Amino acid sequence: MMIDARNLRKTYRLGGTEVHALDGVDVQIDDGEMVAITGPSGSGKSTLMQILGCLDSADSGTYHLAGEDVSTLSEDRLADVRNRRIGFVFQSFNLLSRMNAIENVELPLLYAGHAGAKDKAEAALKTVGLNERGHHHPNQLSGGQRQRVAIARALITDPAILLADEPTGNLDTKTGDEIMALFASLNDQGRTVIVVTHELDIARKCRRQILIRDGKVCE
Amino acid sequence: MLFWVIVKVGLKSLWANKLRSLLAMLGIIIGVGAVIAMLAMGAGAKGQVMSRISAMGSNLLIVRPGQARGMGVIVGANQRLTLDDALALREVEGVRQLAPVVSGTQQIKYGNRNTRPSITATSTTYLPIRDFHVEKGRPFTEGEVESAARVVILGPVTANNLFDQDDPIGETVKLKGINFTVIGVLKAKGDQGFFNLDDQAFIPYTVGMKQVLGQDYLREINVQAFDGADLAKLQEDMTAVLRKRHRIPDGQPNDFDIRNQADLISSMMEINDTFTILLGSVAGISLLVGGIGIMNIMLVSVTERTREIGIRKAIGARRRSIMTQFLVEAIIISCLGGLMGVALGVAGARVIGAATQFVTQIELSSVLLSLSFSAIVGIFFGWYPARRAASLSPIEALRYE
Repeated sequence: MMIDARNLRKTYRLGGTEVHALDGVDVQIDDGEMVAITGPSGSGKSTLMQILGCLDSADSGTYHLAGEDVSTLSEDRLADVRNRRIGFVFQSFNLLSRMNAIENVELPLLYAGHAGAKDKAEAALKTVGLNERGHHHPNQLSGGQRQRVAIARALITDPAILLADEPTGNLDTKTGDEIMALFASLNDQGRTVIVVTHELDIARKCRRQILIRDGKVCE
Repeated sequence: MLFWVIVKVGLKSLWANKLRSLLAMLGIIIGVGAVIAMLAMGAGAKGQVMSRISAMGSNLLIVRPGQARGMGVIVGANQRLTLDDALALREVEGVRQLAPVVSGTQQIKYGNRNTRPSITATSTTYLPIRDFHVEKGRPFTEGEVESAARVVILGPVTANNLFDQDDPIGETVKLKGINFTVIGVLKAKGDQGFFNLDDQAFIPYTVGMKQVLGQDYLREINVQAFDGADLAKLQEDMTAVLRKRHRIPDGQPNDFDIRNQADLISSMMEINDTFTILLGSVAGISLLVGGIGIMNIMLVSVTERTREIGIRKAIGARRRSIMTQFLVEAIIISCLGGLMGVALGVAGARVIGAATQFVTQIELSSVLLSLSFSAIVGIFFGWYPARRAASLSPIEALRYE
């Protein structure tokens, strides 16, 4: 099992009142699945995404990622897990504007301790259909192209999971569909893909949907 | 992440904010420039003092009238040194030779030209004691001193002022209306700064004291000890002789002052070191201010790049990587600033040396000192902003607009 999270709880304090963002969530995702996590805004799906993405830890509950218990890891160990096992794709692309596409894509490998990863970065850009844009800076690329660069960056360390947070939120429908098709083909190649979205159209393109409401799973 | 990659990233992000980076560097540039220029002035002054003192000749003791280190009050009426004092000192064991000196500034005329060098009325021994050498002509003889002959030896600058390229030997010049025959010209010693040793004229004290300079007493007695003589012992013996001659009761301070080169060097060095420390600390404070400037810019940079930090963390940057990145940026700022400061300081020192009478001497040690100091400033003032960047939570940082 790729993801095995049990009884996750997370509480925030907002001006004296406690908000139970996650209230005992169980999530199991197998290798090679393509899953959508959906729910209205404020449902806790973002919090779940952050915990599944090892950006944050739950207050209680256990989380095994590819067999490894990551619920008790230190900040730096979590950074390593994010680097090796998870490829992030964000709504607002989150590319570094001062770097060109190749430099953006090879960045995770640099943090993994590899040097001269240019070839790999170019190969990853090819995988997402951006052969000749390697030396362009993000502001010279369209939204769809930027998202492809972000996906190439997510793929570069060959992670087990692609975790996409509203990946089509800043794109028009056609480009969004293209990006979802790209995810589907990556999933066909055996990669586990998790898409967090509030758009039902997008969620329906995934093979399974997990609906979060008020911090609980109601599948 | 590899170090050179971090340096490259740092340079890139500094280049992206050229003006801001330059302003951040400015404090360091000025600080390092000031340190180097100030230390160059200090070293220059030190070198000047040393060469002046060693130009005076070796094994030299100088006796002067008056108290050197009173409490601001000069005790005792007899503050005079006479030729008899000099003759008495001549007999002290360990004295090789001595020269009584009377000096002043007088106009010398040759035809329609004139100049005002320092006139030194002395004996034949003065030139060897003070390490002067005759280039043209000859020094005066014992006989000429005894007979109060009207002969003069000119320093090269004085000779040039009066005779230009002509040969002065055998020519007659007028000193206070008296005709003097030029018998020699000295070899140049080089400009020593405040006092030009090459712009002097030497005449026998027998004619010089009363007739030319109008003085009855000696300005100083230059005493040369034998090589290897115990200068401290000699100084003691000379003091005893002079105290006896001046009838100074026990317990009363001397009415004369005997100094040797070591004394001179150490007192000059003391003044010089104080001066250098003072200038150096003023410059050091400006370096500190420069460091605060760097910290300010780095804090702004961390806030501005919160999102970038979040992205880097999300894709696997550890705290240490982020910390190193910002620290390296701060160090690049301070070291680049340091290098520019060195250039500014070297240029400044040259300009000061060329445009004023200060002699400047840039020492490698001061360059290395200020460069490493600026690197330390970078680390010290870059640490806090870098730590702040490293400890940002990735979620908060990603949410930052």
